[in-house]
Amino acid sequence: MKTEEEMNVRGQEIISEAPAAGESATVSLDRRRDVSGNPMCISGKGVTKIFGSGKKENIAVNHVDFDFHEGELVSIVGESGSGKTTLSKMLLGLLPVTEGEIYFRGEKRDISTTRKKKEYWKNIQAIFQDPFSSFNVFNKIDTVLLDCINMTGGKNLPMEKKTEMMTEACSFVNLKFAELTNKYPFELSGGQMQRLMIARVFLLKPKILLADEPTSMIDACSRATILDMLLNLRDEIGMTVIFITHDIGLAYYISDTVYIMEHGRFVEHGSADEVILTPKAEYTKRLISDVPKIHEAWDLSTVE
Amino acid sequence: MKNTLRQVFHSSKFVAGFIIFVGILLLITFYPLFHPGNPLDMIGVGTFAEPGTYVSLYDSVGTDTETLKLPDAADKRLDAVLGKEDRIKMVAWLSAMEVDIEGLDYMDTEALMDLWRANYDDSARPNGMTKAERNYYKRLNESLSSMGAGGQMKVFENDAAGEEQQIATITPEDYVNVKNVANTKTLVLGTDNFGRDVLKEMVSATRTSIMIGLIAGVVATAIGLLLGLLSGYMGGFVDDAIMFITNLFTVVPSFILLILISYSIGQEQRGASVVALVIGLTSWTWTCRSVRSQVISLRNRDHVNLSKLSGHSLARILLTDILPYIASYVVMAFILQVSSGILSEAQLSLLGLGPKTTEVPTLGLMMNWAMLYSAHLNGSWWAYFPVILMITLISFSLNLMNTGLDQVFNPTLR
Repeated sequence: MKTEEEMNVRGQEIISEAPAAGESATVSLDRRRDVSGNPMCISGKGVTKIFGSGKKENIAVNHVDFDFHEGELVSIVGESGSGKTTLSKMLLGLLPVTEGEIYFRGEKRDISTTRKKKEYWKNIQAIFQDPFSSFNVFNKIDTVLLDCINMTGGKNLPMEKKTEMMTEACSFVNLKFAELTNKYPFELSGGQMQRLMIARVFLLKPKILLADEPTSMIDACSRATILDMLLNLRDEIGMTVIFITHDIGLAYYISDTVYIMEHGRFVEHGSADEVILTPKAEYTKRLISDVPKIHEAWDLSTVE
Repeated sequence: MKNTLRQVFHSSKFVAGFIIFVGILLLITFYPLFHPGNPLDMIGVGTFAEPGTYVSLYDSVGTDTETLKLPDAADKRLDAVLGKEDRIKMVAWLSAMEVDIEGLDYMDTEALMDLWRANYDDSARPNGMTKAERNYYKRLNESLSSMGAGGQMKVFENDAAGEEQQIATITPEDYVNVKNVANTKTLVLGTDNFGRDVLKEMVSATRTSIMIGLIAGVVATAIGLLLGLLSGYMGGFVDDAIMFITNLFTVVPSFILLILISYSIGQEQRGASVVALVIGLTSWTWTCRSVRSQVISLRNRDHVNLSKLSGHSLARILLTDILPYIASYVVMAFILQVSSGILSEAQLSLLGLGPKTTEVPTLGLMMNWAMLYSAHLNGSWWAYFPVILMITLISFSLNLMNTGLDQVFNPTLR
């Protein structure tokens, strides 16, 4: 086992390492913001999710409280099975909450009927982990983007205007719309698909974007590009981004606030500097020490 | 779509099944055009006429004759007259008279006749032979010798006054050209118990049976697909309710249900389409179950979640985000439903619970008739064997297509 001191030193080292090599070097610390003064966007009190019942009962998310501000980039970090994705599904309204309340812009979120659900979904969008399964393979790219325009009330716009909007969205993520027309999503690479996902969000302009490990299936080079675009998008629309990841190093670079999740509970939260530089919870320290470092033997002694 | 079709037609199994099925479809489309008429017309008065070409004896008499002296005509005539039984009896007589029959082939007419002519004696009394048996041999010998002699035949006709007038003399060397005989009829598969042309009947029956299969398949697939989609996608109470009904239908063997429903409808109301509907209504359960399980694996996919977040309606999500993913599977299920619909009709009809017998023949009804009139006992293979072969071919070709599709689509859900 590493001592506590060693772990803290490791935390400092991660910060000194340069961001992943890639096309873009704009993923840097100066893009962090202080948003603590902004009004509350989405928050939760005692949010719990229990799967099954009786002996098979499995508490995936256990009475968590959180406050996400408007325009904030929050990372929720935890290992597999810690309940990150379950929490994200509850935030999206795809899974019912077993106990507790979620507040949207200060008011209790009400998604009891289909109509209210649809109303809520106008405010929240998601980018999922696997770009290959995020698109309906039977729809062309045009259809995907046109759908977004139609949804945001642009149904009756002339076709030229729509094309212009789609071109703008594509150029925002460094894609050429002219090359994409009449193509299917599966004809693109994983990175391109994930960028198309961002273009989609660009058109929809939601209040909240829930990014569930959007870069974990992407190679390191495209990763920086995607993160850069995500940050650009946040600046452009001013939305709240809830970034779910298992990579604490990545979370440090991009987030304003970090929540650490273990076994369905938030063990620690605070600004990125606070959490990574002066971790209090054992679990956080372990997560930090498990980040591999190049040119050094990878110490796996903390891995259970 | 184009790509998928190309892929499908690269599967040799699918192509083989497809060719057989299209062949059957061409047969049922074009045969009735060349041979019009009601397939249920009873053209024969007797039962089970053997397959072959029938030449009108009446018309042959008046037809111009040619004289042909064929060297083996007499032997052939004997051949045709001498049945297998007669030959065995002749050998039995010869051996009873202790004639040397070593190496004799009883089907060799010439050798047998030589021995017979040399040794038959109507006054002889072989050991252990009854009088009746001796009389049989006497009659046999007489008919054999008259045949060999090749006597003439005289044909008489009753004229207006009721007097018998000789109109023709027929010698063994008179031949008529079949072309010139006014009435001939080729019955490729003979006639059935009611004297109906089996081939014509079977073509019509195949058409009806395929139609029954299609209706049953469409009904079963439509119900199964709708319930499966709803139950799989919505989950919860809807799922429980639908699965409860499905399990009820599954637990009670659907064939029993089929028999009971068919029986209660009554013979008079049971047209072909009613039977098809009943088959469809009792066989949707497994389509429902398998569609449901496919939908459950799809409903939590990210693209479905995204579609939900986009505020799409239930119908739209089912039709655009789920149905296309299981379309290949549904097509395969449909093909199997058609095939099992045809088989179910055959089973029902064989039990006498098929469509009413007066309107259209079906493959099952033809089997039922053949069975009722003991075609399988009296050796009339043509009344049931082609029907069995046709049922086999249809379901073989459909299953082959299904296997081919399976190979193309199965590896993943695409």
